[in-house]
Amino acid sequence: MSNKMHIKFTVNGKVEEFLAEPRELLIYTLRERLNITGPHIGCETSHCGACSVTIDGKSVKACTMFAVQADGADITTIEGIGGPDDLHPLQNAFKEHHGLQCGYCTPGMITRATKLLEENPNPTEEEIRFGMAGNICRCTGYQNIIKAIQHAAAEMNAAKEAAE
Amino acid sequence: MKDEVTRDERVDNLKGMGCSRKRVEDARFTQGKGNYVDDVKLDGMLFGDFVRSPHAHARIKNIDTSAALEVPGVLAVLTAADLEPLGLHWMPTLAGDKQMVLADGKVLFQGQEVAFVVAEDRYAASDGMEAVVVDYEELPVLVNPFEALKSDVVLREDLVAEDGSIPDGAHGPRKHANHIFTWEAGDKDTTDEVISNAEIVAEEEMYYHRTHPCPLETCGCVASMDKVNGKLTLWGTFQAPHAIRTIVALISGMEEHNIRVISPDIGGGFGNKVGAYPGYVCSVVASIVTGKPVKWIEDRMDNLMTTAFARDYWMKGKISATKDGKITGLHCHVTADHGGFDACADPTKFPAGFMNICTGSYDIPTAFLEVDGVYTNKAPGGVSYRCSFRVTEAVYFIERMIEVLAIKLNMDAAELRRINFIKKEQFPYTAALGWEYDSGDYHTAWDKALKTVDYDGLRAEQAQRVEDFKAGKTRKLMGIGLSFFTEIVGAGPVKNCDILGLGMFDSCEIRIHPTGSAIARLGTISQGQGHATTFAQILASEVGLPADSITIEEGDTDTAPYGLGTYGSRSTPVAGAATAMAGRKIRAKAQMIAAYLLEVHDDDVEFDVDRFVVKGAPEKFKTMKEIAFAAYNQAIPGMEPGLEAVSYYDPPNMTYPFGAYVCVMDIDVDTGVTEIRRFYALDDCGTRINPMIIEGQVHGGLTEALAVALGQEIAYDDMGNVKTGTLMDFFLPTAWEVPNYETDYTVTPSPHHPIGAKGVGESPHVGGVPCFSNAVQDAFRAFGNTHTNMPHDHWRIWKTANELGLHD
Amino acid sequence: MIPAAFEYYRPKDMASVLSLLEEHGDDARVMAGGHSLIPMMKLRMADVPHLIDLQDIDGLSEIEIGADTIKIGAMVTQMDLISHEGLADAAPILRETALQIADPQVRYMGTVGGNVANGDPGNDMPGLMQCLDATMSVIGPDGARDILAREFYEAAYMTAREDDEVLTSVTIPRPKGGHAYEKQKRKIGDYATAAAAVQIVKENGVCTSASIAMTNLSDIPIHSPDAEAALVGTAVDDAAIKAAMQAMLGDIDPNEDNRGPVAFKNHVAGVILRRAIERAWSRA
Repeated sequence: MSNKMHIKFTVNGKVEEFLAEPRELLIYTLRERLNITGPHIGCETSHCGACSVTIDGKSVKACTMFAVQADGADITTIEGIGGPDDLHPLQNAFKEHHGLQCGYCTPGMITRATKLLEENPNPTEEEIRFGMAGNICRCTGYQNIIKAIQHAAAEMNAAKEAAE
Repeated sequence: MKDEVTRDERVDNLKGMGCSRKRVEDARFTQGKGNYVDDVKLDGMLFGDFVRSPHAHARIKNIDTSAALEVPGVLAVLTAADLEPLGLHWMPTLAGDKQMVLADGKVLFQGQEVAFVVAEDRYAASDGMEAVVVDYEELPVLVNPFEALKSDVVLREDLVAEDGSIPDGAHGPRKHANHIFTWEAGDKDTTDEVISNAEIVAEEEMYYHRTHPCPLETCGCVASMDKVNGKLTLWGTFQAPHAIRTIVALISGMEEHNIRVISPDIGGGFGNKVGAYPGYVCSVVASIVTGKPVKWIEDRMDNLMTTAFARDYWMKGKISATKDGKITGLHCHVTADHGGFDACADPTKFPAGFMNICTGSYDIPTAFLEVDGVYTNKAPGGVSYRCSFRVTEAVYFIERMIEVLAIKLNMDAAELRRINFIKKEQFPYTAALGWEYDSGDYHTAWDKALKTVDYDGLRAEQAQRVEDFKAGKTRKLMGIGLSFFTEIVGAGPVKNCDILGLGMFDSCEIRIHPTGSAIARLGTISQGQGHATTFAQILASEVGLPADSITIEEGDTDTAPYGLGTYGSRSTPVAGAATAMAGRKIRAKAQMIAAYLLEVHDDDVEFDVDRFVVKGAPEKFKTMKEIAFAAYNQAIPGMEPGLEAVSYYDPPNMTYPFGAYVCVMDIDVDTGVTEIRRFYALDDCGTRINPMIIEGQVHGGLTEALAVALGQEIAYDDMGNVKTGTLMDFFLPTAWEVPNYETDYTVTPSPHHPIGAKGVGESPHVGGVPCFSNAVQDAFRAFGNTHTNMPHDHWRIWKTANELGLHD
Repeated sequence: MIPAAFEYYRPKDMASVLSLLEEHGDDARVMAGGHSLIPMMKLRMADVPHLIDLQDIDGLSEIEIGADTIKIGAMVTQMDLISHEGLADAAPILRETALQIADPQVRYMGTVGGNVANGDPGNDMPGLMQCLDATMSVIGPDGARDILAREFYEAAYMTAREDDEVLTSVTIPRPKGGHAYEKQKRKIGDYATAAAAVQIVKENGVCTSASIAMTNLSDIPIHSPDAEAALVGTAVDDAAIKAAMQAMLGDIDPNEDNRGPVAFKNHVAGVILRRAIERAWSRA
């Protein structure tokens, strides 16, 4: 066992501070230390994206990052994207367009999609397929996920226009 | 009181069968509030993990756990020697064999469980695993079943008598020490005679490669033994929680009422989570020994290397026909590679599952099937990966044989199918290998499919492409993949289907609450199929209460009625039927209550959407909501209070969904890269409960079919090393590799199912694999190809082109 | 999958990095994005008792576009390459290549430095940098030095960088002419079955210079001067392309793996190179 290190970061707007071994992977910190169990573990080799979170504005696979690397960072997980009272348009669109089945990939999928729509608010189908290619879904065949993201994008753009 | 709501509105309000009701599961999943087994966190919980064999076949000379026990945080290291006094070092398999829980003197496949390290956290467990020293003596490795049947190397010494003779196995006589069973169906002599006298005979050998269901969530469990009250709670990724409870009771000696098995949310199953695995046994033992909860979760490599492979069938076929294409006979021999232990998840009497559905959708008068199961140095499993037991293999076999026959006859493969389909008026149809198909209208489905895709136009385009290719104008060929499949799902009638002696019925228990809402519990368990949504729809239509007022609960053996679980597309055919039947019991009692309240005879009221009305006087009625309240507040003479029902449904037959698929594919001859230009899928699953969910199931099943056909495999080298142990090499398509699918349907209800539904979750996989494969093979038909084995990844397609001289 | 325990350092300056490397020798590794190293540590195939995280070192994340050269800091990510506006004009092949690496999340973390310095034959940037005739700048206890990308790779995971040196930047001459990075892979997230980086200059319909390198077709990236020579002075017609393909095939040495046998890889290498040349030529 190595020395524990002092780590402090923000998750979903809340400051978290703790001591952890350097080898503690961020996904375990979130899931086991902080009980933020939305992000899941699917492959452990950075292929499936079930553990996707947003760190300092980047889409990141939390299974391939040590918690200590995130010291000082600002982290958002599915839990910070929207809840019962402030559902994100993507969360609603995934339900409306049957963009999920077993639900295991869904938190990572939606988290990545929020970032995709920041990068590109008006993606084509091809751009969505390419931009979501770091997230594997075993159930849906992606067709309805893409549909959901398209609808969410349209809704978000309309809301933005209405606000302007 | 005047009813302001129209009848149509009342129907809509129910959100019953036939509507695309949005899923009730999604609120928690989209907000990260699912509850999967790895989310279970208990006070004082320990972590267990396996030391696994790096060798495919080796004798274990010694296991030294002393250094591991010195690792801070490591509490125990279990080996077979520790489990032996409890009689738990081996466990029974679903296939009538037994399997080592922890390596007992030898290992039979790479990744086999050798020791179980129990520690305070996953870090200590991981360090403990590194510190266990195992002394192996390597033995010759058998990875090919044909070689295994000839070899002097005995894989399972425990199955050879002291005098060297080979005792019978669970399925009869064995021919060799590495032979497991021979299973036959049909009439051998007549089939041989028909084929040897036939005008046309086509023969082909095909290998359906080994693959893996690989749900995104791996297998795992948390075992918690409460020593104070003697009760064991076991959370886990179980597709059959009740069966797991019974298995735990049988092998542990604990009384079944002291065991509570809970399947929480499951992150996909696809057959992977049907079996009982050493991790479950070791977690239970570790919890009993330590008195603390113990969690075991596979990592992805463990998952791909050990729990639940699928397929691995070497199939050899002969199909005979008249010169004008009428099929007269079919012969199929399978050499089935079952790995080191026979742990196939099939009904007891079916060691090769329902492989004897291999006459497919065709009126084939004579057929014979023979399957030989073989031990090799590969992982055990043999689960039904998104299909009913071995149906994917059967459908792949017949849909390839049809194509091969079409080539031999120089006939269009669509036309060959058409002239051999079982006709609508022949149903119920008894096939040559014994099954009674319940209903079908194949010609209508086929014609609709071919018309929609403009089949003749596609063939003309393809012919032009071949000309262009020959003229050097293009390097891309075009393949048209066809498949017409008939599934056999919904196992099954107790008279011929059981698992470990447990009849394969299923169940539903309903309680209507006084205010007109309800809870229904079932013996099945959703892994993404949306049971909480669709079963409520069945009930809504049956009992006339809104689906939104009905909670569906599954997966807790302390509360749900006994059932055999969810796999083999059995939930809708069996538990769905139980739900409808239980609903009808509710309705029967409701009818009597309504009649009492309306002061008429029972026979004078009739059910209408959400109420009972007096016949001929529709203004006189009692809604189901009113009836529910009355059930709890009226003293009705001769009737017990309350409104509850339970149904254990033993289906009279399987159901036989079918479908017609067409795939249009472009193939780059120089690189082997494929591009799916179009995929059309027509499914007939009988009565459609929720079209949105059906469509989603079809998309998903097709994508898994695409993966299997075009690259997904569990490959071994000659030393028995798994070459595809991570998602770099084990192909799970991303959104980038997957096309859009066109879905379509016809509706031919099952005549014996209470609501006529047949099940759909697995159809697209079963029908999809041969469709993708046939597209690849069809692209090369003009150049002399008859058959190449899957997976059709880039290099294998390139090899086909190369061998046909297309690179010269 | 849990890595063995290690000590973690996140120094603020390069001097501290170098002194940690000096102190711990072979036991220390520097880490940029970590997306090559961390999976290896989790599989316990890489043993790293001392892990030095470079994220706080200033000056490693810059992209400097000069009149003649482009300097890319070691900590520049693939995503930075993709989204940098000036770069899309100055060296579009960088963006084209970066888009073909891994997936969006990995591109946010994966760095140019990590990709070139690791020596993994599957990585795409080494071949690209050889094509672009890049110079790798490293710093060590004896100061800074430059190494040509074409001389950097010695064997799989073995490079001219010493264990106590850190790669700080990569500098390329501003590419001229048409470009293409052509890659065949089985799926998103896969390494190349074969990939070709081509940069080509056309003057009056004749190729005046060409640069060609191949990825994952040997245990190191393969720069092929003979293939380049086969194009120069020609109109890049079919005969010239065939000659270039032939020359390239003499330089590569692929291994059989799950992507296919050697004969297949050789064939695809030729096809991919042809397509890269044709695409680059069409843009020249």
